[in-house]
Amino acid sequence: MLSTRFILRALGVTLVTLVTCVGCDSASRRSVGLLGSTSLQPFAEVLGEHYAKKTPGQFVEVQGGGSTAGLQAASHGLADIGMCSRALTAEEIRHFTPILIARDGLAIVVNAENPVVGLSLGQLRALFAGRVLNWKDVGGKDGPVRPITREEGSGTRESFVRLVMGDDRISRRALTQESNGAVKELVKGDLSAIGYMSLGLVGNELKALRVDNVQPTVKNVLAGSYTLVRPLLFVTKGAPGPAAQKFVDFVLSPEGQGLLEAEGLVRAR
Amino acid sequence: MKQDKIIGAILLLVALSAISGLGLITVFIFREGVPIILRLGARQFFLSTDWEPSLGKFGILSMIGGSLAVTVGAAAIGVVFSLGLAIVLTQFSPPGLSAALKPLIELLAGIPSVVYGFVGVVTLVPLIRHTLGGPGLSVLAASIVLGIMILPTVTSIAIDALQAVSPTYLEGSIALGATRWQTVTMVILRAARSGIVAAVILGMGRAIGETMAVIMVAGNALEVPHSLLDPVRTLTSNIALEMGYASGAHRQALFATGVTLFVIITLLNIAALGFSRRRPARSRVG
Repeated sequence: MLSTRFILRALGVTLVTLVTCVGCDSASRRSVGLLGSTSLQPFAEVLGEHYAKKTPGQFVEVQGGGSTAGLQAASHGLADIGMCSRALTAEEIRHFTPILIARDGLAIVVNAENPVVGLSLGQLRALFAGRVLNWKDVGGKDGPVRPITREEGSGTRESFVRLVMGDDRISRRALTQESNGAVKELVKGDLSAIGYMSLGLVGNELKALRVDNVQPTVKNVLAGSYTLVRPLLFVTKGAPGPAAQKFVDFVLSPEGQGLLEAEGLVRAR
Repeated sequence: MKQDKIIGAILLLVALSAISGLGLITVFIFREGVPIILRLGARQFFLSTDWEPSLGKFGILSMIGGSLAVTVGAAAIGVVFSLGLAIVLTQFSPPGLSAALKPLIELLAGIPSVVYGFVGVVTLVPLIRHTLGGPGLSVLAASIVLGIMILPTVTSIAIDALQAVSPTYLEGSIALGATRWQTVTMVILRAARSGIVAAVILGMGRAIGETMAVIMVAGNALEVPHSLLDPVRTLTSNIALEMGYASGAHRQALFATGVTLFVIITLLNIAALGFSRRRPARSRVG
């Protein structure tokens, strides 16, 4: 009988814990939640850290998931702000309020030992569409070309398709990786690889190619001569809440913009 | 005694709620996934290799092929090692060694799959790329990683099957003058055959359902693989890669991919159950 009483009590305790925990979520929400693009994620984390240091008692929670997931989270209230690393579609603009926080060059990256230094937009398209299969056809060494793409729905992929591919489809033979980091890792280890990623994340282990003879640098993006550029957006449904608005103000302030620039992005205006 | 009944009822309720969870998941997956298969037509969905969600093209044949290639590869690699381990541990090793090795093998099952994937990406993939060529991310890499991952499952079930063989078989065989090795290959393995087949099938079920490690080492290209060194996308990685973003028909198509996976795994489990049920009858009759 003692054991039955014990089980009943245990069940009771479980029940009480479950009920009280419903409240603990709203109590700890003194933070701003961001969710979305993995390209924006590391930059948002840097911004969040500085913001939290400057304004005690405020926290910024940053999660990845991808641009489209960010939009969904903003629309369902899962996050205060959705992060989106591509232009909104005509349909999406009607539902969301986009805030341009920075612009980002889309860098075309190859292994540091690949002799190719630049490609034309047409060559780039041919490589990713699978029409050119050997590096020697675009001025490189004899060897297969291995394009690396991002998964369907990624903001980086959608920007790349819009800016580079036109009506062409990305080859089905392209390797698909699900983050900038994975693309980077692969290109770093594979002489034949070619990929695309956020200019701010290239680092110095990969080679970013010239496109139509223009070096991908922050300066050239600002000047408008490097054309593979996409917007980085914070997206809210309607107006942002007061806590979110304060964070957005910080991001758009000279200090926030300076931080983004130091990380390799291009300021919003 | 009245209290006992109350407790019994509560525990029954808890048990049923766990099972009803399974039921709900099943209903949900099928409700979300089946309509699009019907709308596109089974032929379009299962027999086309054209997967281009933005253009409304949903054909999962290359993913089905990818899952099968990787699973068969994993079984081929996993079975050799698992069966070897099971035979050594039950027939040849001193009891002390088995007692030390068995928990170690079971420990393999506790390592998170992302760790297997990471080790695969960092060591195995570059090795394949440099020695055999190709992108490294490949059917072969996925098969090896999965083969190691199913090792604990297959080994422990195979050990159970081998231990279930009546000791009289062993004694009889030795008494007839057979060596230990002859006894193992000609008598014990045969008597435990259905249990071993069940172990392999369950291992395949585990391999085909694995996601994280496969995404990391398989390359996820949409092309049907022509060689072991080609990259490949499995049913599970297709769902995991795209579910975060998908909406509308794309989302439904991913659920339909899930339905396909669900049916394959259920069939595998039924087959395994069928084989393992046959075991007691067999070993009695011989």
